[in-house]
Amino acid sequence: MTTLNDLTLAQARDGLKAKDFSAVELAQAHIGAIAAARSLNAYLLETPERALEMAAVADTKIAAGEARPLEGLPLGIKDLFCTHGVTTTAGSKILETFQPHYESAVSHNLWRDGAVMLGKLNLDEFAMGSSNETSAYGSVISPWRRTGSDAPLVPGGSSGGSAAAVAARLCLGATATDTGGSIRQPAAFTGTVGIKPTYGRCSRWGTVAFASSLDQAGPIARTVRDCAILLASMAGPDARDTTCADLAVPDFEAAVSRGVKGLTIGIPKEYRVEGMPAEIQALWDQGADWLRAAGATIREISLPHTKLALPAYYIVAPAEASSNLARYDGVRYGLRVPGRDIAEMYEKTRAAGFGREVKRRIMIGTYVLSAGYYDAYYVRAQKIRTLIKRDFEEAYAAGVDAILTPATPSAAFGIGEKASADPVEMYLNDVFTVTVNMAGLPGIAVPAGLDAQGLPLGLQLIGRPFDEETLFATAQVIEEAAGRTVLPPAWWA
Amino acid sequence: MSVDANTVRRIAHLARIAVSEEEVAPLQDELNAILAFVEQLGAVDVSGIEPMTSVTPMAMKKREDVVTEGGRARDVVFNAPETEDHYFLVPKVVE
Amino acid sequence: MTAPVNPKKLIKGGLHDWEVVIGMEIHAQVTSRSKLFSGASTEFGGEPNDHVSLVDAAMPGMLPVINAECVAQAVRTGLGLKARINHRSVFDRKNYFYPDLPQGYQISQFKDPIVGEGEVIVDLPDGTSITVGVERLHLEQDAGKSLHDQNPTQSFVDLNRSGVALMEIVSRPDLRSSEEARAYVTKLRTILRYLGTCDGDMEKGSLRADVNVSVRKPGDPLGTRCEIKNVNSIRFIGQAIETEARRQIAIIEDGGTISQETRLFDPAKGETRSMRSKEEAHDYRYFPDPDLLPLEFDQAYVDALAAGLPELPDAKKARFIADYGLSAYDAGVLVAERASADYFEAVAKGRDGKVAANWVINELFGRLNKESLTIESSPVSADRLGAIVDLIAEGVISGKIAKDLFEIVWSEGGDPRALVESRGLRQVTDTGAIEAAVDEIIARNPDKVAQAKEKPTLLGWFVGQTMKATGGKANPAAVNALLKAKLGIEG
Ligand SMILES: [Mg+2]
Ligand SMILES: [Zn+2]
Repeated sequence: MTTLNDLTLAQARDGLKAKDFSAVELAQAHIGAIAAARSLNAYLLETPERALEMAAVADTKIAAGEARPLEGLPLGIKDLFCTHGVTTTAGSKILETFQPHYESAVSHNLWRDGAVMLGKLNLDEFAMGSSNETSAYGSVISPWRRTGSDAPLVPGGSSGGSAAAVAARLCLGATATDTGGSIRQPAAFTGTVGIKPTYGRCSRWGTVAFASSLDQAGPIARTVRDCAILLASMAGPDARDTTCADLAVPDFEAAVSRGVKGLTIGIPKEYRVEGMPAEIQALWDQGADWLRAAGATIREISLPHTKLALPAYYIVAPAEASSNLARYDGVRYGLRVPGRDIAEMYEKTRAAGFGREVKRRIMIGTYVLSAGYYDAYYVRAQKIRTLIKRDFEEAYAAGVDAILTPATPSAAFGIGEKASADPVEMYLNDVFTVTVNMAGLPGIAVPAGLDAQGLPLGLQLIGRPFDEETLFATAQVIEEAAGRTVLPPAWWA
Repeated sequence: MSVDANTVRRIAHLARIAVSEEEVAPLQDELNAILAFVEQLGAVDVSGIEPMTSVTPMAMKKREDVVTEGGRARDVVFNAPETEDHYFLVPKVVE
Repeated sequence: MTAPVNPKKLIKGGLHDWEVVIGMEIHAQVTSRSKLFSGASTEFGGEPNDHVSLVDAAMPGMLPVINAECVAQAVRTGLGLKARINHRSVFDRKNYFYPDLPQGYQISQFKDPIVGEGEVIVDLPDGTSITVGVERLHLEQDAGKSLHDQNPTQSFVDLNRSGVALMEIVSRPDLRSSEEARAYVTKLRTILRYLGTCDGDMEKGSLRADVNVSVRKPGDPLGTRCEIKNVNSIRFIGQAIETEARRQIAIIEDGGTISQETRLFDPAKGETRSMRSKEEAHDYRYFPDPDLLPLEFDQAYVDALAAGLPELPDAKKARFIADYGLSAYDAGVLVAERASADYFEAVAKGRDGKVAANWVINELFGRLNKESLTIESSPVSADRLGAIVDLIAEGVISGKIAKDLFEIVWSEGGDPRALVESRGLRQVTDTGAIEAAVDEIIARNPDKVAQAKEKPTLLGWFVGQTMKATGGKANPAAVNALLKAKLGIEG
């Protein structure tokens, strides 16, 4: 029997409209599921009272025939989005007690449209990570396990709490952010759908910054349609963010059923990386076949600067982060460790407040911006970014409508499995996703099957700037062809 | 390029992060691993290429010159570790 | 610069003469209602942290949005400095930690400033003028304020100023004396005030100077410079330069070398000292602010701002000389403040410009100075001073009476023409009445009359006596003519 929290967001919306159940009942089903799933560590903070209050308001709206687009739909919020009066930690000890007196643009848009807040979701500290193991509040445990194994797996990162909560039916959908793959990689690891829209589609106002020129918010949900519904609310112009585009939000949900007939889908040969598991290659080929069968033209393309994206990313992102995280100094908010003088206070505060990965990235960023190295590293990386973007522009100019790639080079791995001394090994997780951030393009990860160990694998579609509609249409074809992923039963409850 | 232990200490100080002596060597290794990874960029010919300044080409939005904020000193200092009369307090700074 | 060395500007050391080389970075607060990147007020003062937005306090997730008016003000200033306006400029982050710098970086412009090379023509008191090169002007955020004297162990941080727009105007090292430096700042301040882009109020910190000072033997390459930070009055700028130049000369003549450093001028002690907090080697890690896009505009935007500019002091001075026949000195005095120039023009319009200038500079300015009043609060309006000038020109009152009349208008107010009638100040032009007075004086002083033929300078004495007898109201021309005739003096 399906319980209310097993519904997709679209089904729940329609059920509320049909008065099959109330928003309060829907919220309660989720609150119960969350309480039973604390061992997954997906939620950093549960806000059941707020959820029930918001749900009660939703029920009156529905009763009055004034339902808004997301009326009564319970969501989880990645703890990188500032929420008014609700502690926002960014997964860091340095913000353990931080209570914003403002609401992020993205979460504000969701509440404006009637959504219900269930709580704040775990993440890698300051969104820096690919496994959620850098959170100061402990790793998130994936609801997925390898066939015949109890070994805990990572849900991916940095939006690991969001992906795990969606996969474990602890919310109908969740907000997430993606700087190098942090929406698409955890979505792929958990059999969920995640879209990173075009840079500038969602306002960054009120979202804790990691790397300003790369950060972009987007949803993770259980279906392509659910993602389209959520993104339509999250996105939109915002005068408070200079980099947010003044573009009207298209009807994303309508685009979901458009199909791919007549579209040209590019297959970039540079993504066929050395050592790629055969399963991934097979899945990729399968994806191309599905799209061809649905009427798309498949064309091999070249994106020659692909392999430079990850190293360039590991200059640009830490450089921006080193500056963005300078504000955590123990003066105006957050942790303070006393010192003899101001310099010692800064150094002790930041040493105690930041975790290992964050410190490492701040240090690398500080180094590449420092006198004598700026041109060799930062300027060069930004030039390479121009080249990467140009690759995509040329492909699109040659008539490609979207690009199909694997989402990740492997399925989810075990907690602690990649805790080697070489941070680069972990960074390689983002090899397929990071190009998209470097070029500011939209990218969606959609589940396409399971590997031999029973773990989900995802495909990625990359679109033209501000053409998320084509991504929804194309991802929907894959979702239908692959069949909806059967999510793991609640072994944790 | 690679960093030595002194560079690690200098960078840590620039970034205002206290680093104990035991932390220097592992940090040095990690930073060098990352630097080795990004080394490949040095081989790319980037002559004549403009560095990216904004990923989506658009004109910068501007604000009208009107006062829309202020008068919320309480909110501004609400999360501060130490305050007095709506001032932030810090260890004495010597100029 | 290879300008010839002016020996008068050299400083005498124990061993040689030294040339001081000065360059300045002026931080001028942009006149605007709200801050450069936030909607908080720029108003001076206020309760602690009251004029602070979440952006100014660098709360997590807050983003800067540029104030269009601050951009316009920078362009206007660039035009006023005859400078190159850059249609594309970039905002960079200057990274450093300081408690009154909430973001941990200052948003400034490093490689691509909004305004490039320009110049300022500076008139010196000896009548000569120099052209000082402006290297660039860029927009940046001001920092907050730390108070260090509230508590023995803690500093108090107030962010009211944090994020206020500043224009940093960087001169070339074209200045060769403290006098030139003072004159440069004075002139720059005048231009900014004309443009309305900075109020120039140094007491409130609206205009601060960082002064770079080095010394060299004439003809030598530039010496090592020291930067004296945040000097906040024109007088102190002069003193700081003199003090610092002498300090450097003493060190070099003692066989020492100057180390490049940041120093602070202490006006109470009359010395400069090294700034401890800035001692550390700087590595600001500038890079383009990824929260902001490049600042771009077209020529039409610049043209529209240019069309709205007021007449600037140099042009106004030239026009005053040409149209009103003023001396360069008088014209310079009048254009130093836009309000003075406007006042003068209101008085001079349709009247004798020189006479008007004389009244404005000598009578009005003198009186204002004595009472520490500004031209804006002058008790005598331009209309009324104009009426006084008219009354002299029409021969209704004498120059001397005019001064009395000015005094009455100053202290009691009232319309000058009406006052002349009600107080009986109209001068006597009735020859009969004057003749009677003259005859009486001639009759009473036969010895002087006898001498007058040999010594025509005695005429002045007779004039004085006549004026005294008529209570100053006799028309001086009529008195002169009559006396000459009666005393038999030629001419
Ligand atoms: Mg400076
Ligand atoms: Zn400056």
